[in-house]
Formats: sequence, structure tokens, C-alpha cells
Amino acid sequence: MRRLEVWGWLVVGVVLSALAIPWFLWGDAMTVVGVPLWLWWHVGWMGLASVVFWLFAQRAWGIGIETTGDSRGDRS
Amino acid sequence: MSVALQLGIVVGYLVIALLVGLVAYRVAERTAEDFYLASRTFGTVVLLFTTFATLLSAFTFFAGPNIAYAEGPEWVLVMGLMDGIIFAILWYVIGYKQWLLGQRFDYVTLGEMLGDRFASRRLRGLVAGISLLYLFPYVMLQQVGAGTALEALTEGSLPYAVGAGLITAFMILYVVIAGMRGIAWTDTLQGIFMLVTTWLALIWVLAVVGGPVAATSALEAEAAHHLALGSDFYTHQWMLSTAITIGFGVAMFPQVNQRFFAAGSKTVLKRSFALWPILCVLLFVPSFLLGAWARGLDVTVPEGGNVLPAVLAEFTPVWFAALVIAGAMAAMMSSSDSMLLSGSSYFTRDLYRPFLEQDVSERREDLLARIGVVVFATGAFLASLWNPATLFELGDAAFSGFAQLALPVIVALYWRRTTRAGMTAGILASQLFYLGNLFVGSIVGAIEFFGPILGDLAPLLVLLVTGVLRGTYMGWTAGIVGMGLGLLVTVGVSWLTSPAPDERRMIYFERLEAD
Repeated sequence: MRRLEVWGWLVVGVVLSALAIPWFLWGDAMTVVGVPLWLWWHVGWMGLASVVFWLFAQRAWGIGIETTGDSRGDRS
Repeated sequence: MSVALQLGIVVGYLVIALLVGLVAYRVAERTAEDFYLASRTFGTVVLLFTTFATLLSAFTFFAGPNIAYAEGPEWVLVMGLMDGIIFAILWYVIGYKQWLLGQRFDYVTLGEMLGDRFASRRLRGLVAGISLLYLFPYVMLQQVGAGTALEALTEGSLPYAVGAGLITAFMILYVVIAGMRGIAWTDTLQGIFMLVTTWLALIWVLAVVGGPVAATSALEAEAAHHLALGSDFYTHQWMLSTAITIGFGVAMFPQVNQRFFAAGSKTVLKRSFALWPILCVLLFVPSFLLGAWARGLDVTVPEGGNVLPAVLAEFTPVWFAALVIAGAMAAMMSSSDSMLLSGSSYFTRDLYRPFLEQDVSERREDLLARIGVVVFATGAFLASLWNPATLFELGDAAFSGFAQLALPVIVALYWRRTTRAGMTAGILASQLFYLGNLFVGSIVGAIEFFGPILGDLAPLLVLLVTGVLRGTYMGWTAGIVGMGLGLLVTVGVSWLTSPAPDERRMIYFERLEAD
């Protein structure tokens, strides 16, 4: 279970990194209120990342690192 | 008027910094751990801003907006990914684990932590040596920057050597007195100051030019392609390579890595971690947008000069521009302060003590640490006078160079089967590959020089060297390819070798809990 959780968070981390730059808007020059749409995406995404990091800190902090009792989640 | 004002603001800042340093000195204990790590007591705000100010200052104000001006604002994305996301994740993956280990075993440096686990004084020295190889020229670059800026500010009446010398002397005095605690306190003041002034600058400029829509349509008329995501400069590979290498490099930069040990509690680390992406956006977006918009706003940027000062001079009152520029110069110095302190700790703890004088009392180590600061700063200043090209290249390449250390360190932290041989081989291989790429011209030159001795072998060697060390690999930088190589070699060699009998294989995995 703990191990599955590690993998889950790993995927979340990769997705957060992968879409911080909106590759799907490549070449797009649309602007909203004078700021490129791709920059708005980035700003929103960083806000989302912050919320996800906060959630992680609340619920899963220590996963993969702390060795509590019998859980062996720290093997990667 | 403007010159006197700017100098006044710079001097005023220095006086405040010194006062803060004196207060910090009064509360400090006379131990090396206190001097280097403020006895591991930092709270959220101080840890967050000291890391932030140490990291981003000069680049955010000068080089970053310059690039946004010349190539478009996509740098915001690269910076956001590297510092807001990748570094934040490493903050947990490397930082939290390092912090726990530091709490338990009293580690002060990265080399110390690795040397203890792998029972290897040489590995410890190697990590410190590599770090200093990049850190020393990087500090030198900061001195060159500050000295040149002072020379420009005083219109030449303060020649470079005097300006850089004065700054070096001040930094020595300040760091020796203030230690980590004082540095972190001024960083905090400064970080908040930078954040506020950058936003004020953005709002001020936009108010004058008629809002973001007007600024953007001016940019569209001048350089429409800057608004579209991506260009010949900002390719997929380049953006990813840069974000990844710098993001990992930052985590291994001594003054940043050492801050992982300095947090006061687990809660402090958690809060800083969650706030990090927001803080990055808050600072990068305004400063880089200012740089990008400047392109359309008829701002005359002097040859080789910086964009942001030119924008401020054009659109804001003299006192405000002076405040921001002085703040940026001070920021440059505060990064150097932290680097001096970390450089000194790497030198005294990982090179001097293990190899030259093993038994030292706490008080003596504290003294040695302060002497280390003097030696390091003076050395970098003297080198900056002579200004060798090799050092310049090394300083410029520092982030990617440090990034080469990151993956072997992560492997060691998370994989029990990592061996001393694997670790050493991984670190050496990636560094040799990366440095080889950096100095490929000199290597070819050396082969040609020895051509008469090598005979027919020489052209073959040249072909081999230029074939392997190509600078970029299908658009990917040597930095990121080197990281991959380091990972492969660390894992591969660890797989093939068995651990030395005295390695402490379990210390990274046992009883790791925060109180």
C-alpha cells in the first residue's frame, strides 16, 4: 500500500513537471489582457503545484524517506 | 544627483547589513555549527527567503530580463519549471532526507554526509574539491559584476580594482562577523524588499504606458514572434535541458545545499516547500515581463548594458530607479556572502580538517572557519584582477557542473546497494565528460601540441575527442547528457562491485524520523 502511494506521488511529481510549460500551446500567440495565454497557463499551473505540494505536505510528508515501524516505503 | 543618491543607497544598505550582522554576532555561540548553520534553527520565513535571495538575486534583475528582451519572455517558463517545481521536488527528495540525516549525525556539508556513509575521506574531499572548483570562479564572477557596476555607477572615478577590493573587504568583515544567522536575516529583509520593488516597478511602468494591453501591442508591432511560445532560441530540448540541469544544479550549489541542514523543524520544511512555486511566480513574472515589454517601448539599452535599469530610468523617477538598482547590486553581494560562507565550510571541514589537522576543538574550528572566509574571498578577488578566461568559463558553467553531482547523490540516498566505487566512478565520469565538453578546444590543442610525439595517433585522437565531446547531442546540452552518464555509471559500477567492508550501508535508511 505504502509502496503504491510512493509511485502515485511520483507520477504526480512527473505530471506537475511535465506540464509547467504548456507544450500544447507551442507557437500560439494568443493574448488575454495583454499577457500571452501560455503565460497564464503557467501562472495557474504554479498555483496548482503549490496546492498539490501543500496537500502532499499535509498527508504524505515523510513517504519514501521516514522509516516508521515496518513500512519499507523507502526503497526506490 | 543620481550617482550620489545611488551610492548613498548602496552605502545605507551596507550599514544596515552590518548592523544586522552585529546583532547576529551577539546572539551567536562560538562554534562552527552555529557559524555555518545558525545551529539549525531557521523558521519558515527566514529559510524561504534566505534560500530565495541567495539563489535568484542578480540573475532575476539583470541577465533574466536581458534575455526576455532579446528573445521573448519564455524564460519565465524555464525559471518556473526549474526553480518552482523541479527544485521544490528536490527540496523534499534531497533536502528533507539531508535534514533528517543532519539532525541525527550533525552533518554540516554534503561531502561530510557522503564521506561518512561510504567511509571514504577521499570521496568527501572529491565532492568538496569539485564544489570549490565551480564555486570559486562563481564568487569571482560576482566580484567582477559588483566591481564593474560600481565603476559604471561612479562614472569611472572608482576604478574596478578599488571598487571590487572595497566590496571584498566589506564582505569579509560582514561574513566573519555575521555568520549564517546574520546573512539569513539580511537575505530575508532583502528578499521582501526585492519582491515589493519589482511589483512596484511593473505597476509604475504599466501605469505610464497605459496598461498591459498597450504594452503588448507595442511589443507586437516591434517583435510579434516574441508573443508566440517557442522560437529558434527556445526549442523544446533547450528549455527542458536548461530547466533540468539548473534545477538539479541549484540543489547541489553549496550555499543552497547547506541550507537543507539549517531548517529548525519539519514544519518549516513543509511550509517552505508548499510556498516555493508561488514565490517563484511572484518574482519572475514581473521582472521578466518588464524585460520583454521593454522591447516594444522604445527604451534605449546601452551596448552591453542591462535592460531593467534602462526601463526604470525611462519610466520611473530617479530615486525609485536608484533604489531598485542599488537593491540589485546589494543582492549580488548577498549571494556572494552565502557562497563565501559555504565555500569556507567545504574547505575547512572537508579538505583542511580531514587531510591536514584532524583534532580541533570547537573554538578552533570556529576560528578556522572565519580564516577560511578571508582566504576564499581574497583569493577570488585576486583572481578577478587577473581575470583568466578559464575561470570565467567555469563560473558560467557552474550550474550544469553542480548538476552532475545531483543524480549520484540521489542514488546514494535512496538505493542501499550503492557502493563507494560506484559513487566515485559516477561523480568522476560525469565531471570528466562535462568538463571535457567545456574545454574541448584546449584538449584538441594539447593533442596537436603533442602531435610530433603521438605521430599517426594524433588525428585519430582528435577525431575521437571531437566525436565524443560534441557540446550538444541532438539539441540536448552536454550538461544533461552528463547527468545521464553519471546516473548510468553510478548504478552500473555499484551493481558490478561489492561494498567495501567499512561502508556504513544502512545509515541512510535506519531510524529516520523527525521528533
